[in-house]
Amino acid sequence: MSMFTFCLVKTYKVKYNLYIDILKGGRGVDILVCIKQVPATTKVKVDEKTGSLVRDGVESKLNPYDLYALETALKLREELGGSVTVITMGPPQAQAIIREAYMMGADYGCILSDRAFAGADVLATAYTLSQGIKALDRDFDLIICGRQTTDGDTAQVGPSIAEFLQIPHVTWVREIKAVDEHKIVVQQDMGDSYAIVELMYPCLITVDKDILEPRLPSYRLKLKTADRPIPMYSLANLEDKDEERYGLNGSATQVERIFPPQENVHQEIWEGTSEQLTSNIFNMLKDKKYI
Amino acid sequence: MGSIHIDYNKCDLCEVCLETCPFNAMEIVDSKVVINAACKVCRLCIKSCPNDAISFVERKRQEIDKALWRGVMVYVEHFMGQIHPVTYELIGVARKLAEKINHPVYCLFVGHDIEDRAQQLLYYGVDKVFVYDKEEFRQFRVDIYTNVFEDVINRLRPSIVLIGGTTNGRSLAPRVATRFRTGLTADCTKLDVKGNTDLVQIRPAFGGNIMAQIVTPNSRPQFATVRYKVMEEAKRGNTPHGKVQLMDVDDIVLKSDIKILDIREKEKELDISEADVIVAAGRGIKRQEDLVMLERLADLLGGQLAVTRPLVEVGWASYTRQIGLSGRTVKPKLIITCGISGAVQFTAGMDGAETIVAINDDRNAPIFNVAHYGVVGDLYEVIPELIGRIEEGENGGL
Repeated sequence: MSMFTFCLVKTYKVKYNLYIDILKGGRGVDILVCIKQVPATTKVKVDEKTGSLVRDGVESKLNPYDLYALETALKLREELGGSVTVITMGPPQAQAIIREAYMMGADYGCILSDRAFAGADVLATAYTLSQGIKALDRDFDLIICGRQTTDGDTAQVGPSIAEFLQIPHVTWVREIKAVDEHKIVVQQDMGDSYAIVELMYPCLITVDKDILEPRLPSYRLKLKTADRPIPMYSLANLEDKDEERYGLNGSATQVERIFPPQENVHQEIWEGTSEQLTSNIFNMLKDKKYI
Repeated sequence: MGSIHIDYNKCDLCEVCLETCPFNAMEIVDSKVVINAACKVCRLCIKSCPNDAISFVERKRQEIDKALWRGVMVYVEHFMGQIHPVTYELIGVARKLAEKINHPVYCLFVGHDIEDRAQQLLYYGVDKVFVYDKEEFRQFRVDIYTNVFEDVINRLRPSIVLIGGTTNGRSLAPRVATRFRTGLTADCTKLDVKGNTDLVQIRPAFGGNIMAQIVTPNSRPQFATVRYKVMEEAKRGNTPHGKVQLMDVDDIVLKSDIKILDIREKEKELDISEADVIVAAGRGIKRQEDLVMLERLADLLGGQLAVTRPLVEVGWASYTRQIGLSGRTVKPKLIITCGISGAVQFTAGMDGAETIVAINDDRNAPIFNVAHYGVVGDLYEVIPELIGRIEEGENGGL
């Protein structure tokens, strides 16, 4: 079969399936993407004398790894129909990233914002998000998270959400192999191996960087979604209203202290002409028998 | 636990706390300072307030009996029975922790046809290896592996559980920790333990040049994932010690919702974490072509080229060459960093190197704090000259 006929058949198949689904009352796939607002710079320092944090730029942006999650969701919706919803937890300003997701093509959004959610660790964050997901009036087939955030860097909130929701999960997904209205087949990075894994809905996946090239926000969608509301949920909107389970109180871990990284004491600093510097390096490498 | 409280009788709206808060979590609403959802409860506002109007109100909660939880458990990571080297590093650190609080060291080994390999673990100074050997466990599937973990924790009640910070480990650990509604600290780079069995977990935090010391004060077990290539591995002894215990589980535990259709081992690809010598490139590199020069230097020293995250993000190098928190941790004998400023996300992935040489034209770059040899200069002058000198030396005999 030539590539051309293959493509034709594939297109026909997709259209045919869609047609069948519509006949059967197919609804596509409802996808939820968890996103987070992170600091645009990572230059936070500790003042060594006072032990306090020195902020250097307070600009925020959408966690870059979440772009891949959102792109994956949008591609799947293009193929199967359905909807893409984004959810975030954070201060009211985090609405900005929901707006950005609308500009990329997300249909619905929601922000979980309450002082009671502040100071949350992995456990409390995942619990809050799972409660928020339950509070949305949609049964999601698929939840997609980015690989990790650039500020927390734990890569552990996604699996924790899946456990709270009691659905299976797969992490480090590199490729979507096949998808329909009932299941998804993905390629998963398992460290020493790659696995092709099939999961029935509902399920959660975390996608690796480079799974797909994220699209840019569109100006057309920016205009179109400018008035689209961003519902804000507080503790009062959640099923479990017990403050002890959220934020700092709901966190099992506790930060005892923060401090600057240990610095090396045995060191030499070389300054001078490039010739001197080169000689210094050369001689040191020679002394240590690297050359 | 508790919360930050503002005494409005003392507050004179001086706004010092608004200035101090690194997270912009304090604002003035209706002529009152309020704390919003951006608060990370870092408590810097409390110290900053000139009027002592801000305080932390502790909330008492029922304390658990920590004495009921004993043992340091290591999860044995493997592929088809081949034990991942991070396991020996975890055993190394587990033994040190266990010795301090006089607890036993346990291993949990889940797989199929693994009993012989489990026997081998007894040479590394563990007290007991718990083996769950079933056909269903041949390949890692996070849901049923979690079920096994639940079973073993309920039976043994270990105080501390250590899991490698690998791709599978970081999928499994949050699932198990969440099942027990207990604390998990990700990707620790240092561990210690207090007399009351609280695990002291240290990791880079807030995405910045900051280390955080984290504890799980009131729940057990205490879960930590530990970064690969950071801890010293346990050495193999001459005689075995302890014993292997075979465990059985109910069929319900074996039912997985994850269907593996195919699995194949990765082709042996470039692995910078195995290299003895590394030349690392950072944002001081102006063009992608210039990496060739650094590659040449790496070749001459018998090493590998590595990069920082920004170079991977612009597509100049593959992720497999990335050093740092979101890349690989390396522990080479020699690393030469070129044009790297030294953010903690990078240095956390390489500060275990035996000799660190840093070339950077900014005298104030933080990389000089970790470097043994700091070279303040232009890499575009120094590197070509150095390559010339080494090549000259190689041809010196001719």
